[in-house]
Amino acid sequence: MKLPIRVTVNGAPQAHEVEPRLLLVHYLRDVLGLTGAHVGCDTSQCGACTVLVDGQAVKSCTVLAVQTDGAEVTTIEGLAALGPTPPAPLPVREGGEDRHSQSPAPPFPTRERGPGGLGLHPLQQAFWDQHGLQCGYCTPGMIMAAYDLLRQHPRPSEAEIRHGLEGVLCRCTGYQHIVAAVQQAAEQLAAPAPPAS
Amino acid sequence: MVLSRSVGASIKRREDPRLVTGQGQYVDDVRLPGTLYMAFVRSPHAHARVGRIDATAALQQPGVAAVFTHADCALALTTHAALNPEKPPPPHPVLAGDRVRFVGEAVAVVLADDRYVARDAADLVEVEYEPLPAAASMQAALAEGAPLVHDDYPGNVYMKMQRNQGDIEAAFRQAARVVRLDIFNQRVNSLPMEPRAALAEYRRYDETLTLWSSNQVPHTLRSEVAKLLDMPESRVRVIAPDVGGGFGSKLNVYPEEVLTAWAAKRLGRPVKWVEERRESLLTLSHGRGQIDEIEAAVAADGKILGLRARVVGDLGAHLLLFTALIPVLTINMLVGPYDIPVVASELTEVFTHCAPTDAHRGAGRPEATFLLERLMDRIAAELGLDPADVRRRNFVQPGQFPYTSAVGSVYDSGNYPAALDKALEVVGYRALREEQRRLRAQGRYLGIGLGSYVELTGVGPSRGFGAPVWEAAVVRAEPDGTVTVMCGAPSQGQGHETSFAQLVAGELGVPFESVRVLTGDTAVGVTGIGTFGSRSMPVAGGAIVGAAARVREKALQVAAALLEAAPEDLEYRDGQAMVRGQPGKVVTFQQIANAAYAAFMLPPEIEPGLEATMFFDPPNMTYPFGTHVCVVEVDPSSGEVQLLRFVAVDDAGRIINPLLAAGQIHGGIAQGIGQALYEEIVYDEQGQLRTASLMDYAIPTADKVPAYELDHTETPGTTNPLGAKGIGEAGTIGSTPAVVNAVLDALQPFGVTHIDMPLKPERIWQAIRGRQAGAQDAAVVEAAEEAPDTGEPRRVPPGQEGR
Repeated sequence: MKLPIRVTVNGAPQAHEVEPRLLLVHYLRDVLGLTGAHVGCDTSQCGACTVLVDGQAVKSCTVLAVQTDGAEVTTIEGLAALGPTPPAPLPVREGGEDRHSQSPAPPFPTRERGPGGLGLHPLQQAFWDQHGLQCGYCTPGMIMAAYDLLRQHPRPSEAEIRHGLEGVLCRCTGYQHIVAAVQQAAEQLAAPAPPAS
Repeated sequence: MVLSRSVGASIKRREDPRLVTGQGQYVDDVRLPGTLYMAFVRSPHAHARVGRIDATAALQQPGVAAVFTHADCALALTTHAALNPEKPPPPHPVLAGDRVRFVGEAVAVVLADDRYVARDAADLVEVEYEPLPAAASMQAALAEGAPLVHDDYPGNVYMKMQRNQGDIEAAFRQAARVVRLDIFNQRVNSLPMEPRAALAEYRRYDETLTLWSSNQVPHTLRSEVAKLLDMPESRVRVIAPDVGGGFGSKLNVYPEEVLTAWAAKRLGRPVKWVEERRESLLTLSHGRGQIDEIEAAVAADGKILGLRARVVGDLGAHLLLFTALIPVLTINMLVGPYDIPVVASELTEVFTHCAPTDAHRGAGRPEATFLLERLMDRIAAELGLDPADVRRRNFVQPGQFPYTSAVGSVYDSGNYPAALDKALEVVGYRALREEQRRLRAQGRYLGIGLGSYVELTGVGPSRGFGAPVWEAAVVRAEPDGTVTVMCGAPSQGQGHETSFAQLVAGELGVPFESVRVLTGDTAVGVTGIGTFGSRSMPVAGGAIVGAAARVREKALQVAAALLEAAPEDLEYRDGQAMVRGQPGKVVTFQQIANAAYAAFMLPPEIEPGLEATMFFDPPNMTYPFGTHVCVVEVDPSSGEVQLLRFVAVDDAGRIINPLLAAGQIHGGIAQGIGQALYEEIVYDEQGQLRTASLMDYAIPTADKVPAYELDHTETPGTTNPLGAKGIGEAGTIGSTPAVVNAVLDALQPFGVTHIDMPLKPERIWQAIRGRQAGAQDAAVVEAAEEAPDTGEPRRVPPGQEGR
């Protein structure tokens, strides 16, 4: 038996009938073709599948697609369009319609572009600048987790960054450049926006 | 060679924009219509006879297309390291026949049109097993009357090898002291964040097979798959797209990859297999797995006169591509950076009813380094010397290169004391020793640990190595003057698209942005070997700059024609060819490329086009080295280790991209810390894997590693045109002993001299308690001190933890 769900993913409304047991990560990857979130384990340790559900980082291998019915999901593919990291606290989810009605924040200045001219979120830019990734497999999850970290701690200490990211495993970098990337993004996001030109 | 500005620059990676935006293409991201998903039925027993397999219930599930067993597919893998000259290696079927030999061995596959359905149906396949006794550790396998893993190998011994140099008995007669050490180097899992994955498509209309696989050696995989499927290699294409880490574990040809290809051909539909982490811990090749007994004849000043080593290597149940070679690499590096003139070594390779072992970052060299670096500290402790002085006293000296070690390795270049001195200076060694004394008086336990190493990278030449270890590159100028580089060494995160482009931009003097690098696809127009053993710069780099140099030569010929000058009157600089002494007579690389393809301006003796191929087979290996220093504080009440500092001074010769090199070292250190403190594959006596998930197998998290402090010295390698030495594995090799030595240094006041890795808080706590308990009983302490080789208070036997 399949169940109908309506989810807003990266700003676009989606409606599908899915098996109740379908994991959110497989819904994103196999149904929507958003393959940025990766699967690296089967016990919710690695965090490579981390996405935002209603603004909060969750491991999408631990959430059923049907649980996100009515929710707003942001994946790494939609991060740049999301705008700068919003400050805490998040708008409370009340189950009404209007929680999707927030107008998107103005786009932030980016120095470089992603593939196809896509803009980069300051976190994406910082991971690039600081060599915060090697194989890149954990990176989407790491960046989404870092986004949530900066939402809660806009000026995190090094220890707060390390603690805040301990739920995402990286096997390549030894984490040092990841920490540097989050520090760079935090600085950029906390700085007053330059005047629009 | 002309390398210019781009070489040596910390250029940001061009891989990253796609990877930070979720646009990477890993195997499971590749989607083909009509794909069947493959799931495995795996043995729950370490050793059993396989009886009837009943797939009826599985085949009745809607969506299930097929179930295959050994009766359908009896293909067997070959090893590239058949090191026993007397007997053929034991057969390694891709699906077990009448016997299973480790928990997780594949017995059947289920194919269904949905990954969940395939998984469900795999659970419905009923297999009859008759369990047999298992030998699930090296000790158990070598015991009298042990159950045999392969009937043709009595005693479970695959091969024995001795390598001796000099008069070992005389060395021990001269010794002022004999220092003995038993090491258990535990099995670990490479744990790439992307588990393995394979996708195969067989096209009937042109009889070609395309196999996407998360693999380090796509060309080797192609050869093996073509051979097993009885297809011409020219009709098999292997693509290793974005690969989420390898660390040696994907330097292989696995049953799962072959079965994916076989099933796709058999069924005429694309077949995809994506490994679950549990499968990965069960069946991805494990690394390490060694028992080392060493004995050093030591002079009163700490100089080692001779070394006796008995190494037992755990092969596991089957020989994968290089399984039997890995322990041999330990023997090759048995004297490390030390001038030890006399050696008696014996290697025993043993089959066990556990998953096969093979390369894991360092592959044999970390084991050698670990035993030597523990030995250095033990010598220092027993003779009352400073550990740094013992190392300095034993180092091969800068004037001794090229240095032929007592086990026959020829180290190309090095300056080991310089790296040690720099590391001590960076960490502030003397001040730290003072601090240690001061804190001890307050009941706080600081430890300082050294790890000096030399390791071999870029194996070669092929004729010496007994296997193809060259690398190939094609450098092609396109008609518009941009450049395409094709190379057989793919990336699993190393950043070849960036570093290889730097090499070519440097050699041709063209903008970095105009150079594109293609790897990881056997159809891109270059053959190759792959990425392993820190060979990308020393070997693949050699091929790339060689090919680029040939392009430059040809470009000069074309330029000479365009400028109506003799080639010897031209000089090539910054992407331009000019007539010496005539400033106006210049053509750019772009103009040259354009003319080379337009061709109508070329004289008849110049062939059109502007590209070159180079195969580089290095004349010898190259040997990076360095010293790592770790500073820890141990809390004796909990056994918790806090990593306070980690200093790494590495010498990898010429560095192409310092940013990427730092990344390699950081990641290597983290993995070395992992083995020292957290990681272990644990089998119980029945051969059940007790660490089959990330809940039980712990790798370092961001909050468990320190900020690394890096420095380097630069001693160019002499066996490749770049002067580069491999940097990929050094971090792992130096760090593990540095961490363990630091912890044991901290525990020195407790009389703890040995703890088996990983040094988990529980083991440290037990070790402290054991010694303290003993201290209340003078007889026990004395007995322990008379037998230094059993000096550890409570040695936890491998795999026996927590019972």
